[in-house]
Amino acid sequence: MIAHSLFFYFFSFIAIVSSVMVISSKNTVHSVFFLILDFISISCLFIMVGAEFLGMIMLIVYVGAVAVLFLFVVMMLNVAQQGKELFENINTYSHLPIGLIVGLIIFFELIIVVSGWKYKPELFSIDSLSLNQNITNTHSIGNVLYTDYIHLFQLSGMILLVAMIGAIVLTFKKKSGIKRQSYIEQISREKKSGVSLVEVERNVGVKIDE
Amino acid sequence: MDNFFYYLNLLFIETYKILFLLIPLLVSVAMIVWLDRRVWAFVQKRRGPNVVGPFGLFQSLADALKYIFKEIIIPASSNKVIFVLAPIVTMTLALVAWAVIPFGESFVLSNINVGILYLFAVSSLGVYGIIMGGWASNSKYPFLGAIRSAAQMVSYEVSIGIIIINVLVCVGSLNLSDIVLAQEKIWFIIPLFPMFVIFFISALAETNRPPFDLPEAEAELVAGYQTEYSGMMYAMFWLGEYANILLMCAMGSILFLGGWLSPIDIYPFNLLPEPVWLIFKILFLFIIFALVKAIVPRYRYDQLMRLGWKIFLPFSLFWLILTSSYLFYFNLLPTS
Repeated sequence: MIAHSLFFYFFSFIAIVSSVMVISSKNTVHSVFFLILDFISISCLFIMVGAEFLGMIMLIVYVGAVAVLFLFVVMMLNVAQQGKELFENINTYSHLPIGLIVGLIIFFELIIVVSGWKYKPELFSIDSLSLNQNITNTHSIGNVLYTDYIHLFQLSGMILLVAMIGAIVLTFKKKSGIKRQSYIEQISREKKSGVSLVEVERNVGVKIDE
Repeated sequence: MDNFFYYLNLLFIETYKILFLLIPLLVSVAMIVWLDRRVWAFVQKRRGPNVVGPFGLFQSLADALKYIFKEIIIPASSNKVIFVLAPIVTMTLALVAWAVIPFGESFVLSNINVGILYLFAVSSLGVYGIIMGGWASNSKYPFLGAIRSAAQMVSYEVSIGIIIINVLVCVGSLNLSDIVLAQEKIWFIIPLFPMFVIFFISALAETNRPPFDLPEAEAELVAGYQTEYSGMMYAMFWLGEYANILLMCAMGSILFLGGWLSPIDIYPFNLLPEPVWLIFKILFLFIIFALVKAIVPRYRYDQLMRLGWKIFLPFSLFWLILTSSYLFYFNLLPTS
């Protein structure tokens, strides 16, 4: 157990330090890297409590896909210029009151939600949980997710789909004047439409590509 | 105190096991580079490396020696910490994934429940080495290469994920040993052949191999994200890349070619030890990788994206629905 708790404190220390560094580091790319470190150490914590499926999904989804997109956006910013303009010329304390107000509101909302939440009385006793030790937690998550919570699961899928379609609609523009490759057009091209015999007049030539 | 010695003992045993896996792996990466160059040369009717040692076998070792003695240049305007970290990340991630590869029924470093997810997660982390290297170099070609590579790897991971789900539906377990043992009757390459082809092509794209080597397309981007690297740091990128290729071959042979199982379970074949079969299959896939490199011209970037998103993704989704409907209709779904 000593080794177990040592590893636990190691990973939680890294998680906390890196999450502090996310908001305190001046280089935005660095803070994304700290965010990734945070995700990785949290997924290690998940694996340590025996939720290996959640830990791996965390790695695949957050680190493998979401954080890559974050990096993508952040890398496009000109960091050197940004460092000068954002952190030296602007008085950073001017944002403090608004930030404090927002933080306080969220904090009180959390308190209201958590204190007003009623738990089922049997939730706190472990015996009541229908955990089957013989099956892996991937199986047990699947057993619950696709039976009891199927509607919620599908609903969240629909929400993601709507968000995806929305993002595509927002960015989709039909630009004119760009030559695009159309595979079907290329494949279905025949000799008749592609080649034409023309009588060429001397010193006049032919106009192509009309 | 007993507890302490118990852990110390455990540590020694595990370290010994890891070294027993890693040292042959690194040696075989060096050999595989030689094999790659030889196959490439063979297709193009050249000789390839044939001077250092018998058949040029020690060429990679000579190259490694050269890299070690070269100076490591860190560009003045680069982000130094991330610049140094990038090759380390690439190589570590390429080696760390081998922990779950089963070489035999009881010949595996760590037989975890979610082995295939672990492999998938580690291979999806591989993109970070490239992004970090490209961004930290603070120069145009590496940055363009890194962005290309990131978009490419993220797109092809999606189709690899769905192909993996295809296999998992037939197995009913995420454990790699279970996946291999489920193929005792028939290898998955036979019922899922189209998925194997798509997996192979996606693996080419995932490891930035030709014809999808746009991140390091020398005609456009010099050497992509590796442009500013030199000496041992370049060699680490290169080792990580080939270790990743071997890993993809191992993944392909475990998912589709029956891992350590011999093709037919009769006398002369089952005499060979299990790891030998897996190594044969990995080598077979690798030689196809090398042949593709020599034969096929490079894709254009929009063609690459089109192939990934508009062809592979819908087709593998369709095949997933087909497989699961088939299994459901004939009541063949694996139960636990």
